Amino acid sequence: MHRTVTTLVAQALVGAAFGLALSGAAIADPVDDKLIIETDAGTVELVTSAPAPEHLKGVMDTIYSGWLYREDETRDMQRDDFDNLAMVFVDRGMDSWNAAQGKNGESCAGCHQGPETMAGLRAVTPRVDEKSGKLMTVENYVQSCVTERMGLEEWKWTGDKMKDMLSLISMQSRGMPVNVAIDGAAAPFWEKGKEMYYTPTGALEMSCANCHEEHSGMYIRSDHMSQGQINGFPTYRLKDAGMLSAQQRFVGCVRDTRAVTYKPNSDEFKALELYVASRGNGLSVEGVSMRH
Amino acid sequence: MADDAKPRVKVPKSAAAGEIVTIKALISHKMESGQRKDAEGKLIPRSIINRFTCDLNGANVIDIAIDPAVSTNPYFEFDALVDAAGEFKFTWYDDDGSVYEDAKTIEVA
Repeated sequence: MHRTVTTLVAQALVGAAFGLALSGAAIADPVDDKLIIETDAGTVELVTSAPAPEHLKGVMDTIYSGWLYREDETRDMQRDDFDNLAMVFVDRGMDSWNAAQGKNGESCAGCHQGPETMAGLRAVTPRVDEKSGKLMTVENYVQSCVTERMGLEEWKWTGDKMKDMLSLISMQSRGMPVNVAIDGAAAPFWEKGKEMYYTPTGALEMSCANCHEEHSGMYIRSDHMSQGQINGFPTYRLKDAGMLSAQQRFVGCVRDTRAVTYKPNSDEFKALELYVASRGNGLSVEGVSMRH
Repeated sequence: MADDAKPRVKVPKSAAAGEIVTIKALISHKMESGQRKDAEGKLIPRSIINRFTCDLNGANVIDIAIDPAVSTNPYFEFDALVDAAGEFKFTWYDDDGSVYEDAKTIEVA
């Protein structure tokens, strides 16, 4: 009996402390932490917070990777390349890279040698292709090889084959700063993406900015509202037990506003990916990240 | 299913004789439980990895029976006592009869 009473008192005290914590203003701010990853080839430190790029002056001072908004356990998983579950999909991408899967036995390695020749691509895409004038994501480049050079049927934009390859290619840029161009040929696409970012959508009439700009750092939907940066994508999402591309994440966000969503690889989502990527100019490409 | 399953294991490169080392083993697999229904209401047949074993130089370290409640991409972490240098052998057994294998050598310093 005495023990029960003690336990109750203890619980009441914990409850009181928790209540106090909840009443604090900044309960879900990004944590103060450093992302140093144990890899097979030593350690790599990633930039998870940086001064906001020029075009965000007046909007925010500092940009933060979504990694800083996650729980301790999730953050720890990304600190070690084995604990990072996304790595198995990078391995699968490597098998696919070397496989003679083209119509006439072509492989990625046949033209491009090792995947390290793709270093830097993830950091600067989406970008405008000089020849065609089209906005190209990593997926677009993969698809053009698959259909034009290898003579295969289109890969599904968010299918396993595409995401395995995306994971492998993204990993080659790990640690490089996101640096997408927003001027010149990219300007019209960027403007379109920006307009989408600030336009209310869906039955709830919410824009990207409503959550990720005005309320980042707050506790919303039982979750820490991040800035919505995509430097960590593709990411292994624990909730889905699988890889998720940035545009797949957009589908989830738009659906949550109760709107009919655009399709991955639609002109709309490509423009939005460019704009959202540009908000993270300066953060490290995380290669493949862990989120929940 | 065999196309999608990709094993991944982590074993220290070396250990002292008699040392207990931590081993991590992951395999990508959808682990379809057999409880879910598709869009037409038909049961999606069960397709899981039902057994995982690890051996060191032929001696069994761990032998796990896996049931449908185990999640996608099953991940096991366990300890093994290393008394001599040799090879860890990892084996996953799929419902469809496929067997996936991986191996890692360890030195005793």
